[in-house]
Amino acid sequence: MPMNRRRFLLGTAIVGGGLLLGYASTRPSKHQQANATLAGNAAPFLTTWLRIAPDNTVTVLVPHSEMGQGVLTALPMMAADELDADWNLVHVEQAPATDLFANGVLVKGFATSLGVSIPGFLDGLATSATMKVAEIMNMQITGGSSSVRFTGEQGMRVAGAAARKMLLQAAAQQLEVPESELSTRLSHVHHEASGRSLSYGELASAAAQFEPPANPVLKRPEQYTLMGRPIPRIDIPAKVDGTAPFGIDARPAGMLYAAVKTAPVFGSRLASVDSASALQRRGVVRVVELDDAVAVVADNYWRARQALDAMAVSFDSTANDAVTTQSIFAQYDQALQGELSEDVEKGDTPAAISAANSVVEATYRVPYLAHAAMEPMNCTVHFHDGRCDVWTGTQDNLGIRGRVASLSGLDENAVTVHAHYLGGGFGRRLPNATNTIDQATRIAMQFDVPVKTVWSREDDMQQDYYRPAVTSRFRAGFDAAGQLTAWENHYIGKNEPAEAAHTPYSIPNQSIAYADSPTHIPFGAWRSVAHSQHTFFLESFVDELAHHAGQNPYQFRLNLLADKPRHAAVLKAAAERAGWDGNLPAGRARGIALQESFGSIVAQVAEVSIGEAGEVRVHRVTCAIDCGRAVNPDTVRSQAESGVIFGLTAALYGEITIDKGAVVQRNFNDYEMLRLRESPEIDVVTIESGAALGGLGEPATPPIAAAVANALYILTGQRVRELPLKNYRFTAAPSERA
Amino acid sequence: MARFRVNGIAQELDIEPQMPLLWALRDELGLTGTKFGCGIAACGACTVIVNGNPVRSCVTPVSAIEGAEITTIEGLAVNAAGGLTPVQQAWIEHQVPQCGYCQSGMIMAVSALLATNPAPSDAEIDGAITNVCRCGTYPRIRSAIRSLTGATA
Ligand code: FES
Ligand code: FES
Repeated sequence: MPMNRRRFLLGTAIVGGGLLLGYASTRPSKHQQANATLAGNAAPFLTTWLRIAPDNTVTVLVPHSEMGQGVLTALPMMAADELDADWNLVHVEQAPATDLFANGVLVKGFATSLGVSIPGFLDGLATSATMKVAEIMNMQITGGSSSVRFTGEQGMRVAGAAARKMLLQAAAQQLEVPESELSTRLSHVHHEASGRSLSYGELASAAAQFEPPANPVLKRPEQYTLMGRPIPRIDIPAKVDGTAPFGIDARPAGMLYAAVKTAPVFGSRLASVDSASALQRRGVVRVVELDDAVAVVADNYWRARQALDAMAVSFDSTANDAVTTQSIFAQYDQALQGELSEDVEKGDTPAAISAANSVVEATYRVPYLAHAAMEPMNCTVHFHDGRCDVWTGTQDNLGIRGRVASLSGLDENAVTVHAHYLGGGFGRRLPNATNTIDQATRIAMQFDVPVKTVWSREDDMQQDYYRPAVTSRFRAGFDAAGQLTAWENHYIGKNEPAEAAHTPYSIPNQSIAYADSPTHIPFGAWRSVAHSQHTFFLESFVDELAHHAGQNPYQFRLNLLADKPRHAAVLKAAAERAGWDGNLPAGRARGIALQESFGSIVAQVAEVSIGEAGEVRVHRVTCAIDCGRAVNPDTVRSQAESGVIFGLTAALYGEITIDKGAVVQRNFNDYEMLRLRESPEIDVVTIESGAALGGLGEPATPPIAAAVANALYILTGQRVRELPLKNYRFTAAPSERA
Repeated sequence: MARFRVNGIAQELDIEPQMPLLWALRDELGLTGTKFGCGIAACGACTVIVNGNPVRSCVTPVSAIEGAEITTIEGLAVNAAGGLTPVQQAWIEHQVPQCGYCQSGMIMAVSALLATNPAPSDAEIDGAITNVCRCGTYPRIRSAIRSLTGATA
């Protein structure tokens, strides 16, 4: 697609003004700064993200965090492929948390240059109170399934191709032959005619003298040597022998441990603390009072926690002390009667509904959800000598550096963030969700030794930034010929991404609008953000319409996708692979759902039955995904499996309820997780459409809840309009409906 | 004094008898491969092997393991050829871990199961491996276990 490439290069040039991007934008001064930042390393810096050493090793600097999505492998693959590097000689390093490596700029630059809107997750940050727009230009964010799509396509590949070009130029000079006679393979430049070859290592310093090319030619897919192959992930060996460093494992010398009790009602303040008994306990060093929390600092985490639990602590009452889940949903119902803000307006929906032959109405709801990342939230902070070191796993190392600097009044350059693996992110470790980091910083400011603040699972469950609870109302109209002519959808809360409630189906009259209805419950991005709830709403309601129209739910959808060939192809692939019309064992049924999110299209078919206790059992999930093309096919599969299980856990069990203004659930015993015995067989079909790269970390999560609920309708005749499914006791209908 | 052996090394710790083994391992001995996930025996991230049995160390006070032989993820492969046990190798082969945080506990639980029951049925696997993996690596865990028991996926 030469057209795209040109526009993208143009985009990069525009962005070039202020950022360090591999090539055209790499101004000499920035170049030197980058070298200085990685001081102690004499290897010349060819481009931003690549370093080639005299021993012929290539080091790729990755500005994103590894949280299991394979980014530490996929991004270097993209650079190494364009570079024609020998994968065995490629090393991967996490880019230092300095603004020279910020990828926020890259994402923003990409968006503006292509004329597409800024990805929603950035938008939200731009407008949220905790983040200034300027800070967006200073982020190493890992979210919105953006790493491979933006950093990979716009950074890594270009950096690799530019470096290769410079190596060729250097070789041509050294061998005194025209560049056109040279080829590259496995980290060497070859001159076939004379049988001579030079390693990249030998050429590196000479190559660094050349100006990085403004428009290096990228490979066509048929030229790829690494992209598209299932390369083993480089972070996996350390994750089977216990050596992988997670934030919670940091142990700087002299470290103390902090356990924290935070006001259960969000927004409440610490009223009183009786610290006398705590201070007498073994190992306890100090009790630290914060605005809305109290911490015990001790020489061992368990001692800190024990002392804290034994302490009498009270918090101020607030205006929200009576809030419950029921009162929130009642508030939503009221808001939906009031003023709405427009999302999509197409045709004349009220007219189409009053003219309709039949109208279908439904109201859907989902509860709040916690992230429950496996690694409880934690952060280790050390203030010393006018500087600060931070050890934590975060989706944005630079953002955290800025946050700690602003809380402590230090200059950003005085703060060093030591990147660690994340024991799960899912949006919880984004830079607008820093309550743990804030506490850890404020506690550590009172010490000159490192202090590691570790939240218990209960803290994590009760002090999250939740996937919001949402109500969504639908009305749809069919004309006398049975055509779906009107679609009305009113829901709570502005969406992120904005298109989350948009239907892909061709319906002439659409009126989609939302009501704002703020609560005191903090909310944040949760894997797939607003798609997680809206896909359940949209794809369940469409299923209702199919049954209302007396049509096969798969065919019904397909008929409405005439102008969406990619969507139709994905839906078909899932249905065919799952054997949609094929026989099933008695007592089982299939449900289907489809969604586009983060540039990828996913369709899922779930095969479901009802267990003896009326519980839902999901046996098999077929997941078809079109993410353009697969950079690492095995990672595509693992992310699809992961997304399905994450979404299924929410569908079956996920429910945070509010009582007396606070979260009721405390731990995995009352906020349950899917386990091995309930884990379905997952069959992933990838479709290589060649479209622009889509995200992978999130798109497999949205469809599964609706796919399961749609199967349940066939099994039981009962339409699920509220999650989670654990709150139902299903009985199979006497005769299953087809 | 709490006395037990960890990965073949005798340990004598001046700690409270009620301190859970998890925190003795992590904070006192610096063995951070064993993870904290829930603290209430509900996730298995803290699983270690005590005298051959899988144990959730977050709810096991050191007083309950006096004199015991404990194996943690760090010591699992001490006698293994190539530095990794067959379970760990299968984990790499099947590219099981994602974020990796639960995997120490998973690997310990699976190692303990296979040591006593080298060919567990699917139902036995389901019954024994109740650890939580928030990243949803279950399909790969199952195929990795099956590859070790000779069963086909
Ligand atoms: S931390 Fe011990 S079972 Fe979860
Ligand atoms: S790999 Fe992340 S929790 Fe299991």
